[in-house]
Amino acid sequence: MALTFAERRQKWDVKLSPFGFISPYFLIFGVFGLFPLLYTAFVSLQKRNLIDAEGAQFIGFGNYEQLLFHDPYFWNAMGNTVSLWLLTTIPQILFALGIAHLLNRRLRGRMFFRMGMILPNITSVAAVTIIFAQLFGRDFGLVNWVLSWFGAGQVDWQAGTASSHTAIAAMVVWRWTGYHALIFLASMQAIPSSMYEAATLDGAKGWQQFWRITVPLLRPQIIFSTVIATTGNMRLLAEPLLFNPGTAAATGGSDRQFQTAALYLYEQGFTKYDFGYSSAIALVLAVATMLVAGLSYLVTRRIQTD
Amino acid sequence: MTTVLTPAAPAPPAAPGRARRIARRVASPWTYAALIAILAGSAFPVYWSFVVSSQTTEAVGKVPPVLVPGGHLFENIARVFDETDFALALGNSLIVAGTITVSVVLFSTLAGFAFAKMRFRGRTALLLLVVATQAIPTELGVVPLYMMMADFGWAGQLQAVIVPGLVTAFGVFFMRQYFERALPLELLEAGRMDGCGSLRLFWHVALPAARPAAAVLGLFTFMQAWNDFFWPLVVLVPENPTVQTALSTLASGYTTDYTLVLTAATIGTVPVLIVFLLFGRQIVGGIMQGALKG
Repeated sequence: MALTFAERRQKWDVKLSPFGFISPYFLIFGVFGLFPLLYTAFVSLQKRNLIDAEGAQFIGFGNYEQLLFHDPYFWNAMGNTVSLWLLTTIPQILFALGIAHLLNRRLRGRMFFRMGMILPNITSVAAVTIIFAQLFGRDFGLVNWVLSWFGAGQVDWQAGTASSHTAIAAMVVWRWTGYHALIFLASMQAIPSSMYEAATLDGAKGWQQFWRITVPLLRPQIIFSTVIATTGNMRLLAEPLLFNPGTAAATGGSDRQFQTAALYLYEQGFTKYDFGYSSAIALVLAVATMLVAGLSYLVTRRIQTD
Repeated sequence: MTTVLTPAAPAPPAAPGRARRIARRVASPWTYAALIAILAGSAFPVYWSFVVSSQTTEAVGKVPPVLVPGGHLFENIARVFDETDFALALGNSLIVAGTITVSVVLFSTLAGFAFAKMRFRGRTALLLLVVATQAIPTELGVVPLYMMMADFGWAGQLQAVIVPGLVTAFGVFFMRQYFERALPLELLEAGRMDGCGSLRLFWHVALPAARPAAAVLGLFTFMQAWNDFFWPLVVLVPENPTVQTALSTLASGYTTDYTLVLTAATIGTVPVLIVFLLFGRQIVGGIMQGALKG
């Protein structure tokens, strides 16, 4: 039986419209998202400079060999990256747990406190870093002024490795702790109170209840937050770049003392225009991030559940 | 900043609301004291930036530092606009963030609707691709993306920032989740019976139903686009900046005029602060549902 025109049109409409609806996403994502990701691998096998686009040469794994075996700056940057990852991720998760615990009570002005915790997260990384760089200034910085009350000397925060890492970690922790706290709070509120009542009958005090009940029950959220924080903190770039702005910003301090791997990628790619080398750094950093994220997954998975 | 998807958290079963409320501990004065201290710490850097913007340059170099706002705010704002191209940066950021927001919301709603409520070949695989690609850091593709922009002749221009931002995997997935829950199939079938084509169904049924979720997505997309730093820094030139890249240029002068820089930082924070004050409740709700990451 022949279909009428309207019926045929409807049939085609049902069949093809979904593809029409998803095509804008896949078109734009394919060209500007997926293609560059895949093409990075190809560029990383080339000696390729922005200035001399015609002179691109295929050199196989030359960039990787140079990077992994002959480049102390890269290993310095990786060391800084791992150091900053530890200094940011662990305090973030621990502080967030504590804050969520405080928020998980019968509180007046709940929404006010919750909004206050998340305020740092909505501010831009550029503005935050500039503000913190000023707070951590050597001569007129507020942090040093407060430290002077306790008789601590004037710390030149940017000059040292430990001091600069501490200052940069402070910015990151400040900006992200509230976000994780709210994630934890949401799950804490779903823990049935009967569990705490039973624990109280068994004689467990507040602190024990927190470590034996709350934390284990939050395991999925802790794993999630740790992995998310890890992938974010392994690619810090704006903070070290703007912590010591000036002509040598991309080196992360006068002695590269706080140059991260992502910042090294930026230095090689967009101040030296060595696109092949920069792409190789990008791939190595991505692999390292996956490894570290996997490691933090394994560690957080061991939180006891019994 | 990239958007990362959070899986819906498998929370333990909730106890009945009333019992829970009675049993939850009442906050002691110590709890309030601790929370207020944390709140002060949260707000302080933003407050400090405002304090510096309202002081003279000389006041900033004083020990002990000045901790209360002074009367020079408007003077400093005028100086920012006189001495730098900050008006251009603000305009550019508004264009970039505005365009990206409208586009992300529209395309995410379209694709999210199709993924949630329409049947087609390869649907599951394509949705998986959307979810999987979110985990990949944008930095990875930044060199080839720059090369493309240079080839197109877009380097240094706003479309180089706008076009790659026009869609996000997060948006598609977010809208898809919303449609799954919030739009009954019967409503769509009724529309079909009445002879609605897919596009009309989308326009008259799906889009109005999607309004609450689209608003939250729009809010987050705007804040993210406004705050984005790395890619604009790479692809734009100092003569044609967004607010964030203008800040970085301002901060990297040989002698940093802190009053000027922090005034600019304050001005650049005001738009997201306004959005936050108006919609803070929705933002907090979105994060607590484990659905959003700024």
